[in-house]
Amino acid sequence: MKRIYIKEEYCMGCRLCEIHCLVAHSKSKKIIKAYKEEFPRALPRLIVEQKGPFSFALQCRHCEDAPCIKACLTGAMHREKKTGIVSCNQDKCIGCWMCIMVCPFGVILRDIKEKKVATKCDLCPDEDIPVCVAKCPNEALVYEEK
Amino acid sequence: MKLSFLYPEFQVIRDESKCIQCEVCVRQCAFGVHTYDKDEKKVTSDNLKCVGCHRCATLCPTQALIISRYPQDFRENYNWRKDVIRDIFKQSESGGVLLTSMGCDKEYPIYWDKLLLDASQVTNPSIDPLREPMELRTYLGNKPEKLEFSVKNNSQATVNYKLLTKLSPQLELETPIMFSAMSYGSISYNVCLALAQAAKILGIYYNTGEGGLHKDLYKFGKNTIVQVASGRFGVHSDYLNVAAAIEIKIGQGAKPGIGGHLPGEKVSKEISETRMIPEGTDAISPAPHHDIYSIEDLSQLIFALKEATCYTKPIIVKIAAVHNSASIASGMVRAGADIIALDGVRGGTGAAPTRIRDNVGIPIELALASVDERLRKEGIRHRASIVIAGGIRNSADVVKAIALGADAVYIATSALIACGCHLCQKCYTGKCNWGIATQDPYLMKRINPDIATERLVNLIHAWSLEIKEMLGGMGINAIESLRGNRLRLRGIGLTDTELKLLGVKPAGESL
Amino acid sequence: MKRNNKGKLVPNFTEKYVIIGNSVAAISAIESIRERDKISLLTVVSKEPYFAYSRPLISYYLEGKVKPEKMYYRDKQFYQENNVELILGQEVVKILPEEKNIILSNKKKINYTKLLIACGGKPIVPQIKGVDKENVFTFTTWDEIKHLENVIKKKKEVVVIGAGMIGLKAAESLTNAGLKVTIIELADRVLSTVLDKKSASILHQHLKENKVELITENTVEEITGKGMMVDGVILKNGKRVKTDIVVIAIGIIPNLDLVKSAGIKTNKGILVNEFMQTNIENIYAAGDVTETWDFLYKQNRPIPIWPLAYEQGKIAGTNMAGEKISYHGGLSLNSIEVFNLPLITAGITTVEKDTYEILVKFQPERKMYKKIIIENGKIIGSILINNIERAGIITGLIKDQLDVSNFKNEILEDTFGYIYVPKEYRSKEIMPLEV
Repeated sequence: MKRIYIKEEYCMGCRLCEIHCLVAHSKSKKIIKAYKEEFPRALPRLIVEQKGPFSFALQCRHCEDAPCIKACLTGAMHREKKTGIVSCNQDKCIGCWMCIMVCPFGVILRDIKEKKVATKCDLCPDEDIPVCVAKCPNEALVYEEK
Repeated sequence: MKLSFLYPEFQVIRDESKCIQCEVCVRQCAFGVHTYDKDEKKVTSDNLKCVGCHRCATLCPTQALIISRYPQDFRENYNWRKDVIRDIFKQSESGGVLLTSMGCDKEYPIYWDKLLLDASQVTNPSIDPLREPMELRTYLGNKPEKLEFSVKNNSQATVNYKLLTKLSPQLELETPIMFSAMSYGSISYNVCLALAQAAKILGIYYNTGEGGLHKDLYKFGKNTIVQVASGRFGVHSDYLNVAAAIEIKIGQGAKPGIGGHLPGEKVSKEISETRMIPEGTDAISPAPHHDIYSIEDLSQLIFALKEATCYTKPIIVKIAAVHNSASIASGMVRAGADIIALDGVRGGTGAAPTRIRDNVGIPIELALASVDERLRKEGIRHRASIVIAGGIRNSADVVKAIALGADAVYIATSALIACGCHLCQKCYTGKCNWGIATQDPYLMKRINPDIATERLVNLIHAWSLEIKEMLGGMGINAIESLRGNRLRLRGIGLTDTELKLLGVKPAGESL
Repeated sequence: MKRNNKGKLVPNFTEKYVIIGNSVAAISAIESIRERDKISLLTVVSKEPYFAYSRPLISYYLEGKVKPEKMYYRDKQFYQENNVELILGQEVVKILPEEKNIILSNKKKINYTKLLIACGGKPIVPQIKGVDKENVFTFTTWDEIKHLENVIKKKKEVVVIGAGMIGLKAAESLTNAGLKVTIIELADRVLSTVLDKKSASILHQHLKENKVELITENTVEEITGKGMMVDGVILKNGKRVKTDIVVIAIGIIPNLDLVKSAGIKTNKGILVNEFMQTNIENIYAAGDVTETWDFLYKQNRPIPIWPLAYEQGKIAGTNMAGEKISYHGGLSLNSIEVFNLPLITAGITTVEKDTYEILVKFQPERKMYKKIIIENGKIIGSILINNIERAGIITGLIKDQLDVSNFKNEILEDTFGYIYVPKEYRSKEIMPLEV
C-alpha cells in the first residue's frame, strides 16, 4: 500500500503542505474561499514539526497494526478493506480521544468546532496523489510503496 | 548616525483580496521583510529590507505578491543617476568598500547580441537534427602537430594502421558546455552536489572553484575539474589525483587583479574542513600566486602539477579577460598549458568590490577573438584549447562563441539561475533565500539536489538541442566544423574597429 | 492442529471455539480466529440480549448524545459474515473442563475444543443498609441504563457514590439530562487512583462550574426511604443528603463467579500466561476478567482498559487458532472528557518516594496540567489535562521505555512534538517515517 514518507533533509518548514491539506479538506476546495469565507475553517490533517533548522510534516502512518483501531471505543476507527487506509467514521466517533492517547506519532487531532470528532490524514482518496506530496515545493514528501 | 538617506529599492505589493495570511512569506524571507501583526491579524511588509529575490512571490500560494521597483524618483539627471547617488549615500554611512555579487550589470555593449548567424540556403543544404546525427562531442587539450602512423601490410592483403604519436591527455565533453568554477563556501553543498551529478549525467565537467573538494564528492572525480587558486585552499595530493583536470586560477572575470573573498559568516565547520582554514575566519585569497611572478614561474607550476599527476591530466590556466589577454595567452600556451580559460567582464562572483566588478576587465567576445587570432598567427593554436566564460546566457551565445574560436564554454550564472537564482546580487550577505549562496542550515535545505540536478540537466539538454538546430540550419553536422569559422558570423551595429577586432564581416557583406 | 504441505502448523478446521462474553475482547478474538480459521464452529454466549455494543457509550446514550443504532461496536452483519453462532440472553452457569462442556442457564450443554472466558468485570456493590431498594443502580449495562432513563424522567436529584471514571461519566450524563447531582467520594479528590491533588483541583473547580456538588473524604453508610423507595442517604459523618436516585460507581472487579468451581486459578482476576492460557489446557481468558502483566508496576494485576482488552482478545484468538504469539504486557491508560474538559493519563501517575523525577506544568487559569514522572531517565507515568494533543507520543515513550533525559524539559512545552524523539528511536516497528 502506498504511504507518505518524509525526506527530512529537504523540508524547509514553509508549511505549504499544511495550507493545501486544509484547502483539500475544506468545503469549497478553493484556497481563497477556504481561508476567508469558511467558518469554522477546515482543519489540516498534518502536523509540521519544527526544532531549530530541522522540520518535517508528520501525518497518519496508516500502520499495519494500528493502535488507534484497537483503542477505539465505538469501532469508528477502522481499516478500509479495499484501500487499506485507516479511517475514522465521523458519524460513529464520540470524541473520547482514546485514539489520541495511543497514537505513538500523535497525529490524530481533535476537531471540536462543530461536532467533537477525531480527525487525521486520509491519504486524499479523491486525488491521484495526496495533496501535500503534490504541492511540496522541495519534494520533501514522497508517496511510495515500500 | 541617526538618519539614513537610503530608501527602499523594491516594494512589496500585496493584493489584500488574495492574501490569506498564511505566513509562508514571513517564514521564507531570510531578510525579515514580512511579519505577522498579531493585533491587526495581517501580514505586513517592510519594503526597506526587500532585495528583490522573489522568494515570497514565487512561493505565495495565491500569487498575492508583486515585487516592483520602488518608485522614488529623483529629478532626471543623466550624470547623477539614482544608483550613483545611492552608492554615495551608502559609503557616507559605512565608510567601507562597496561589496556586491554576481556579474557586472552595467550598460556595456554585449557583442553576442550584435552578431548574427548564417543559415544555409540552396547551395549548401541545411541538415535536420531530428533526422541526421549531429556531433557535438568536443575534446579539450593539447593537440599534436601531426599524426604519425605505422602502416603494416600483412599476409591477408589487408593493412594495419597503428598510431605512433603519443596523445596528450584530453577532456571529453558530450556537448561544448561545462559548469564554471563556483567554490564550495560561496555556494552550498547541495548545489555542488547537483552540479557534480548533472555533469556526470550529461558527460561534461564541473569546476570546484577555489573552495576545495568536499570528501563526499570525490566519487564524481571523473567529472571534476579541481582548481588551484592563489589561496591554495584544500589543495593536497588526493585532491589533485581524483580529478579529471587541474585548473590554475590566475584571475577571474568578475574581479581581475584581486583574489577571491569568502566572508567569515559563510565559513562553517564543513567549509573550514574542506578549505583547511579556521572556522569563522574570512577566506581572502591573495591577489597573485605568491610563487608566480613571471611566465617561467607559471611554467614551473604547470609542470609541477603534471609531475604530481604523472602527466595523466590536462592542466588548465584561467585568466581574466584584460587588455593584454592575447600576449598572456600566448605565453601561457608556450608555458605548457593544455587548455586556456578566459573569463570576461560579465563573469559572476559570490562577493567582489562593486567598482572592480563593474570597471575592470573587457568583454569576453573581444578577448576571445584576439586570443584565437594571435594563437593562430603564431601557429600555436593547436597546442591549447580555449574555453571562455563570462555571462553566457543561452545556446545562441554558445554557437557564436564557438564560431569566434572557442573550443567550449563555461557557464555559471546560467546554471545558478536554473537552480533558482533571481540575481538579487546579495550573495555576499550569506542570506540567499533560494538556498544557493548560503551556509545557513535553515536556508541550505531549500535546494533539493535531485530537483536541482534535474533542472541543470534539462537546461544543458535544451541548449544542446538548440545548438544542433542552429548547426543544422547552417548545414553543419559537427561542431568542429564551426570552430573558429568566423565567416558564418556577421556583425550588426558594430563599428569598423569592432568588426576588425572580432574578425567578422558586417551584415550585408557577402563572402 | 495438523501440518500443511509446507510443514506449517495449521488448524485442522474441526475446532469448536466457544467464547463466553460479547464485548471488545470477544469481538477481537472472533476477528483473530476467523483470520486464520474460517471453517471451524464458533459460538459466542452472552448474558446480555444485544449484539456487541460499546459499554462506555451508555452514559452518552443516557443523555441522548448517542442514538440506539449507533451503540453497536460492529455492524449488524458482523456475526453472519464471520460465521458465528450467537447465543444471546443466556448466562453460563458452569464450566466442566474434563468433559470440555459449558452449561447455560437454560440447562443446554455446549461442547468446546477451545474455550475463551471474556466475561469482563462486575461492579463493586457495598453491603450498606438500603442497597436493595428500588432506584439504586450500578452503571454497567445497557438494560440498566434503559431502566434508569425511564426513572430519571420523573425525578430531580441523584447521588453518585464514587468519583472514579464511571462515577464522573455518570454524574456528567445525569447532569446533562437535567438532574441535580451530588458525588460522594471516599478519597480527598476525584479520580484518586490516577490524579494528584493539583490536577484534581482543576477538575473540582470544573465540576463546580458545571453545578455538580462534590463531597470528598466521606462515604454513604445508609440509603434511606419509605419501603422500597429512596428518599436520601446518610453519610459517615452523619450528614444527610436528599435524593431520589442512587448510582453506585465505586469500581469494577473481575467477574470470577463462574470460574471458581471449575478449578481455574485466580488471584484478583483469572491468571493467564503470555499466550492468554489459564492453568487448564484449552481454556483461555482475556479482557477485564483477567490479571495480566503490568510492565511498569512489574507485577500481574487486573487492568480493565479497553485497548488492552482488545489486544488480549487478539492474542487469545490467535493462539486458539494455532498461531503462537505472546502478550508483552500492558500499562494503565485512561482517556476521559468531563464536561468538555479532556484528561489523559498513562502509566504510574501517583508516587510516594523521592527517587522519581517529577516535572509539572500547572496553569489553572487555562485549566491546563501536564505532569510526567521519570525514573532512571525513563518516563513511567503522565497526566495531561486540557492540552492533550500529542499525548500518544508520551504513551509511546513510556511503552518503549526510551531515555528522555536529553529532552525532558521540552516535553512539557506546547511545542513538544515527535521531532524531539531521537531519530534512531523513531517507531520503526510500527511504521517508518522515512523511505
